[in-house]
Amino acid sequence: MLSKRIIPCLDVRDGRLTKGIKFKNNIDIGDPVDAARQYYEQGADEIVFYDITASAEGRDIMIDVVRRVAKTIFIPFSVGGGIRSVDDMRQAILAGAEKISINSEAVQNFPLISEGAKAFGSQCIVLGMDVKKVEKTAKTPSGYEVVIHGGRRYTGMDALWWAKEAQNLGAGEICLNSIDADGTQDGYELSLTRMISEAVRIPVIASGGAGKPEHLLEILTNGKADAALIASMVHYRHYTIPEIKNYLMAHGVKTRLQW
Amino acid sequence: MIAIVDYRAGNLTSVARALDYLEQPHLISNDPAVLDKATHVIFPGVGAAGDAMHHLRETSLDAWLKEWVRGGKPLLGICLGMQVIFESSEEDNAVCLGIAPGQVRRFSNDLRQGDQLLKIPHMGWNHVTFQRHHPVFRNLPEDAEFYFVHSYYPAPADNRWIIGLTDYGNSFCSAIAHKNLVAVQFHPEKSGKPGLQILSNFCCWSGGNA
Repeated sequence: MLSKRIIPCLDVRDGRLTKGIKFKNNIDIGDPVDAARQYYEQGADEIVFYDITASAEGRDIMIDVVRRVAKTIFIPFSVGGGIRSVDDMRQAILAGAEKISINSEAVQNFPLISEGAKAFGSQCIVLGMDVKKVEKTAKTPSGYEVVIHGGRRYTGMDALWWAKEAQNLGAGEICLNSIDADGTQDGYELSLTRMISEAVRIPVIASGGAGKPEHLLEILTNGKADAALIASMVHYRHYTIPEIKNYLMAHGVKTRLQW
Repeated sequence: MIAIVDYRAGNLTSVARALDYLEQPHLISNDPAVLDKATHVIFPGVGAAGDAMHHLRETSLDAWLKEWVRGGKPLLGICLGMQVIFESSEEDNAVCLGIAPGQVRRFSNDLRQGDQLLKIPHMGWNHVTFQRHHPVFRNLPEDAEFYFVHSYYPAPADNRWIIGLTDYGNSFCSAIAHKNLVAVQFHPEKSGKPGLQILSNFCCWSGGNA
């Protein structure tokens, strides 16, 4: 039986983590390669890097980070942020990324999904979706709208429609981030995640709101998510990945315990 | 020297990086003359069976691979590299290498675990239950899981080839072993320490004792 995946998310700017990560003895780590190695050794099932660098020089720094990560950890990892073309994807994949995550870049250019899937296979293309709860209208019948630029810009696109459309275009996976829940540590957006996960055939990674192992249990069972993204709860050492996995296993959710 | 067969089927650098980490000298090539000098061959691949077979025929690597397996030196197929070893695949209705007896089938659209409809592709970590001992699969933790990503699975016509089984709705063949050939549906190069163990075992396997 397939294990539910636990995936730490690391935000990188100019080659450094945007917030330090605390590991054993509360040592603060700012190097994404060190952080990735620590999570790999703790039993992370996958790692997500999100590059928030804006500049072109920053891109090259990120590719160097990807190259160094790929020499260090032997589990899949994805890279997202500012990937606008098949060439950008190729650079990251050749540097060692298993998957490419595209978000606002895909909203602004739908064919980027199909072109990426054609060039590298659907399993490489993760659609990142930032979503906000809105009134149910003719435009947004699901009651959720796709937003971009960190939630500052509404797109007029219904979240459920976009998830299905992205699947049809060739996305291999969806990373679904609730802007409302993001950063609250109050739990994932359950009804949104369940709705999207039941509507598509590709795996859905829940994102935004994780603060306690109970939140992961809820989203991986009632929320029907295939994987859960975590950030602050492990970055600040409130919990370790083995603690989260042991909790999930004790409550009947299969996770990978041997690594 | 370990050779990785390059037939334009996806990214081969991850296998090469895992061998770097294991300090195993290796090369990547599509040239039979170069590949012939290897002691071990890894046949990886991500993508579609039709394209893969097209490139293999174009470069005459199809004939070369059959000859290599007949020659008795070790071969490790990974993912698509495992699938095209069989006779045919439902993906693109491709006629494949026919080194292993059987077909490659697509996961059924109503694959279920209890009342839960399962996602396709089968993506993530899953167990492999090994049916017998084999030098390439030794020293693995009992509960080891491996990273899978695929929508098609091999169905060997001869059960004696099956060495690993994995459960996804139904039980499917996730590893085969026959004489000097082993092949796995999962990605050892992305499966953490147990995956590296398999690669390391393969690199020091003579091709015998199976």
